[in-house]
Amino acid sequence: MSKIVATLAIQGAAKLYAQAFDSLNKAIKEKGENQKIGFPETAFYLPMANALLGAKVETLKDALPILEHAKSLIKEVPSEKVWLPYLGDALDAGMAALFCEEIIVALRYLYGIDPEKDCVGFCTDSILRQLGIQLVDGRMPGVALILGAAPDNKKAVEIVRQLQEKNILTFVGSSTNGRSIIDQLLEENVEMGWENYIVPYGRDTISSIYVLNFAIRSTLTFGGIKAGQAQKCLAYTRDRVLAFGLALGAVDEYKVATGAGAIAMGFPVIADTDIPEIKASGVTTYEALVKELDYKKIVWRALEVRGIKVKVSNIPVPVAYAAAFEGERVRKEQLHVEFGGKASTAFEFLSTGKADELEDGKIELIGSDIDQLPKGSKSLPLAIIVEVSGRKMQKDFEPILERQIHRFTNYAMGLMHVGQRDMSWVRISNDAFAKGFRLKHLGVIIHAMLHQEYSAIVDKVQVKLYTTQSDVDKLLVHAKKVYEERDERIGEMTDESVDTYYSCLLCQSFAPNHVCVVTPERLGLCGAYSWLDAKASFEITPTGPNQPILKGSTLDKRLGQWENVNEFVKQKSNKSVETVSMYSLMDSPQTSCGCFECILAIIPEANGVMIVNRDYSGLTPSGMSFTTLAGSVGGGVQTPGFLGVGKLYILSKKFIYAEGGLKRLVWMPKELKELLGDKLKKRCQEIGEPDLLDKIADETNATTSDELLSYLAKVGHPALAMDALM
Amino acid sequence: MSSVEKKSIDLASQEMLQKAQEENIKTAWDRLESQEPQCGFGKLGVCCTVCDMGPCRVDPFGEGAQTGVCGAGADTIAARNLARKVAVGGSAHSDHGRDVAHTLSLASQVHTHGKSKTHTHDYEILDLEKLKSLALEFGVNIDQSKEQIAKELSKKLLEEFGKQEGELTFCKRAPKKRQEIWKKLGITPRGIDREVVELLHTTTMGMDNDYKNLVTSSMRGALSDGWGGSMIATEVQDIMLGSPVPIRGKVNLGVLKENYVNILVHGHEPVLSEMAVKAVQDPELIALAKKLGAEGINLAGICCTANEILMRNGIPVAGNFLQQELAIITGAVELMMVDVQCIMPALHEVTSCFHTKLVTTSPKARFPGVQHIEFETKNAYEIAKQIIKIGVENFANRNKSRVNIPKHEVDLVAGFTKEGVSKMLGGVYRPSYRPLNEAIIAGKIRGLAGVVGCNNPKQTHDHFHTTLVKELIKNDVLVLQTGCSAIACAKQGLLVPEAAKLYAGKGLLEICEAVGIPPVLHLGSCVDNSRILVAASQVIAEGGLGEDLSDIPAAGCAPEWMSEKAITIGFYFVASGVYTIFGSSPFATLGSPNLTNYLTKELEQVVGGRFEFCDDPLEMAQLMIAHIDKKRAALKLKAWG
Repeated sequence: MSKIVATLAIQGAAKLYAQAFDSLNKAIKEKGENQKIGFPETAFYLPMANALLGAKVETLKDALPILEHAKSLIKEVPSEKVWLPYLGDALDAGMAALFCEEIIVALRYLYGIDPEKDCVGFCTDSILRQLGIQLVDGRMPGVALILGAAPDNKKAVEIVRQLQEKNILTFVGSSTNGRSIIDQLLEENVEMGWENYIVPYGRDTISSIYVLNFAIRSTLTFGGIKAGQAQKCLAYTRDRVLAFGLALGAVDEYKVATGAGAIAMGFPVIADTDIPEIKASGVTTYEALVKELDYKKIVWRALEVRGIKVKVSNIPVPVAYAAAFEGERVRKEQLHVEFGGKASTAFEFLSTGKADELEDGKIELIGSDIDQLPKGSKSLPLAIIVEVSGRKMQKDFEPILERQIHRFTNYAMGLMHVGQRDMSWVRISNDAFAKGFRLKHLGVIIHAMLHQEYSAIVDKVQVKLYTTQSDVDKLLVHAKKVYEERDERIGEMTDESVDTYYSCLLCQSFAPNHVCVVTPERLGLCGAYSWLDAKASFEITPTGPNQPILKGSTLDKRLGQWENVNEFVKQKSNKSVETVSMYSLMDSPQTSCGCFECILAIIPEANGVMIVNRDYSGLTPSGMSFTTLAGSVGGGVQTPGFLGVGKLYILSKKFIYAEGGLKRLVWMPKELKELLGDKLKKRCQEIGEPDLLDKIADETNATTSDELLSYLAKVGHPALAMDALM
Repeated sequence: MSSVEKKSIDLASQEMLQKAQEENIKTAWDRLESQEPQCGFGKLGVCCTVCDMGPCRVDPFGEGAQTGVCGAGADTIAARNLARKVAVGGSAHSDHGRDVAHTLSLASQVHTHGKSKTHTHDYEILDLEKLKSLALEFGVNIDQSKEQIAKELSKKLLEEFGKQEGELTFCKRAPKKRQEIWKKLGITPRGIDREVVELLHTTTMGMDNDYKNLVTSSMRGALSDGWGGSMIATEVQDIMLGSPVPIRGKVNLGVLKENYVNILVHGHEPVLSEMAVKAVQDPELIALAKKLGAEGINLAGICCTANEILMRNGIPVAGNFLQQELAIITGAVELMMVDVQCIMPALHEVTSCFHTKLVTTSPKARFPGVQHIEFETKNAYEIAKQIIKIGVENFANRNKSRVNIPKHEVDLVAGFTKEGVSKMLGGVYRPSYRPLNEAIIAGKIRGLAGVVGCNNPKQTHDHFHTTLVKELIKNDVLVLQTGCSAIACAKQGLLVPEAAKLYAGKGLLEICEAVGIPPVLHLGSCVDNSRILVAASQVIAEGGLGEDLSDIPAAGCAPEWMSEKAITIGFYFVASGVYTIFGSSPFATLGSPNLTNYLTKELEQVVGGRFEFCDDPLEMAQLMIAHIDKKRAALKLKAWG
């Protein structure tokens, strides 16, 4: 009977309230009510309170009304007989629990208790934005929140591996009887971290709020929902954030209260114990609370209850294969063999072959395999030569397909791939080798995955692997020539040279009114989709998110406005955006979903603009950090003066063309400068400002507006002499 | 079976009927017996007393006169008689609504006495949220004081009664498609009073003699009750007296207390009885009661006024319609105060067999020889206190040797409203009808049934209600109840959450356990049937169950009906697209096969709903379930089970 669940949820919420109340009052006593509190690198204060109540908690005092509200949500536990309806009360208790937990962990941050050892604690806004695109494009089909511990280490690993194979982002934490799944996984040397899709959040149930207040932020960053619109936020999390809870081991009041909160957010909970089920749906998409006692079935059951569709890649290789293994490293001590890097010559090259000469699925190894390594050696030269054919294959798609080799090979457990072209570096672990992984399996993976993901343009795939130095050297000469030709071709491609742009509506599953328009000289703001990528994607899925836009008559060349582009954006933004300028920051700029790599922001007093990338966590001369700035950009609304862009857009000739281009750029983080390096220098030269790169300030010489202005004056930045920006 | 068992299945009632027999006190059952055989012409609806050329009657066997003096045949006479009942039933609910709206207008008047501001009477605005949401519906600015909002809103509400053109504001609450059907048929109600008057006009001598057109007019008249007067009554009562929330209560004659002053309220309008709820807590009265040897004052209700104060205050319910006399027969009632509707004239005689004082309060319902203390909203509390004081003083006259309180008292949960349902399902943060719709779509809940209405001594008291409802919930049909029907089922223990495990089917049980609700939900008094209409409209708005009220897998019924109000309710449900079955006896239309056929068959093509008559509870349940399954199939939902 779910009355027990409601009872436990209400009791749990009451305990959490008492704990939050005591901790908060203690902190006020010790540090004063004006003591600042908050989490690192977020623009959303205490995110749960901010999203649902519109509250901006900055000091201890500000947390008091949140706690009062939480108290009002905690009702009496259902009576033994003639009870009154308890489902609504249980959900309210769940919400109360989340508000209280958030205050408790904020206080832990204040006292330096969290994040605890081995755990990430609070998840920053920039991680959310990075993951956004993977969650929308299906690479991460869902999110699991595991609470507790498996009955034994083996089962813990088994469950986590199952989730990993399905590319589910898995948060692990909490404990059962003093034992946490985090330690179970650590003991079994399971590699954890964001890149492995296994993220430890903390060893108690309270810290699971880190995961839930991570999830709630997606409503504000991607959903365009305003803080305080609680019902909209929670409908968004139910419909668009495919998360679920997995309670391992006996559940206590804390877990049940937190679980009720998760359910109120639309996330079902699956338990491995004999708990009473809540099979009603509506608050969640399907059942709210179910049990599955069989560990072999529990992951599948969870996916089914959350309605997550998983594309399983059945790649016939002797190791596990899934996107979740993409970030896994092969360290020196686990190394069986490596190619490229500092160890040997290695490269990969994909080209279009003649259909009648190719044999699909043919994989040839020319040279020795990795079980015939010379004694004492751990490396070999390697050339991966892929030839494809297909009726719809175009030369332009070659580099796109070639770039996928990185991702495809990385998905194999025990394989590491870094770089591309002749900069590639491949490592194979002892474990993978022991399981029978051999070089031909690289071919098997490339063949299978190209078919799986690009079947619309690829009919045949043939792979040759060379491991003798002379072969590799000889082939590399040709490959390098082609690499250069490709670079030139892309460099020459301009917005004027094509008549069709492409849309990207991928993020509409998150930000329903946002439309990206991708042109040759302006890539998608996430940095993941160039014009060629979008074009290829359209060929692969003609009804997909990338649609051609025949640009039509030019309305304004300087702003970058075209008749059909406007019409398309109006229609696809659900009529919320009428006009869009591709080249302007100030006049009808493009909207942003939330996944942007960088933010461009106007600095009026400097008559210029600054750009900050997601990885830079410090303050900028605008007075705000990336995360704070991001708060005013996302969600599919036009915000003149603020724009989300991809990093490479800085190098484009169309970079804020309407405002005078690169000369307007007065500040950028040092690491971004370094990342773009020579290419940026070259652009500066092209525009006749060879010293511009040095004149653009970075955090080493300015993090405030005043510092910036004096630096710009000192170096004579050209922006100061340009027409007024506003 | 002894005769009391034939009269009622309720053990408390049986005990009192036994006592009545022994003491030779006549009750409704006895009076029914003396009426038998009841008039056949009346039963068939073919007797006409409209003008003084009559009374006329049509020979149902086709041998004698087939028309009245004016030439009206069976079709016209039966349809006219029926239409008049619809008008009367509607007038009762709507006049109730008017009184409540008028009270709201008084609540908005603030007088200044010296420095302090006081209301001109004892009513408050307890549900500000609802006041504002209703104000928005009526286009009243909500950025002003609550008194000002109430003033402007009550004016608009009162205008609904006198409106001549346009349409009633609440019609907009119905699904779009339903509104279109009404418009197409020309039955969108324009003004409440206008529809009642016009309907009566059509039935006078020499007017409408097209039975189908009379049914159309009746539907429009009834809609002005369901989507007009009744809805206003419910909404405004919630604003002034507070919207009900789920609440525990007790039911049956056992709620009367041996050592207490027992005060009963009976009738329909809660405006007075709410004051009685306050007055019984008056320290002065309690002290007086104690002085006279009582332990305190116990208030309980009969009929719909009971439902009203149960829903808002958890005041116990002594019984439903047929128990009004039986409650007096306990010998333990000091005073019964009555307002309007369903108050048997026989009460005067029954009370005179005991020490019980009967007090009438409405100028619209007076009894010869009975003390009348007229209720005025201006002085509501003082009047309520004055009446109760009479009851307390009367405790001294109680004859203890004649006191027999049956030991039957059952728990129940009441207080479900259209607003409460969404909170109950999702809490403060996720209020929604979604879980209900999902449960219906998934076939866990097979469908919805509204089981409402009165008692009628022609049926074994409470038997039809409870047998039917048990059969429905066994088949996973969630039952919504109002009025005396709800009280009947409550007495049989169907309105507690524990009943799900005992009586509900597997799917319904799953939902009841998930939410913590009984399988049978008590939505209030008979004017609160309007809550069912709005709830059903919200089910449609939530999506997934069609576009019109007639698409929902649902059916309605009034198993033990007797009042004209029940007929009107039936008409507004049918006109809203609901398949509605009447138990006990059919409407008095059987003398006109054409009219009967139109009501029970052809009407479905016209308006989406139709009537049915059935005198067996299990058969009625099967008819309702078959209809629900038909609607499920039409929506292409998963077959139940």
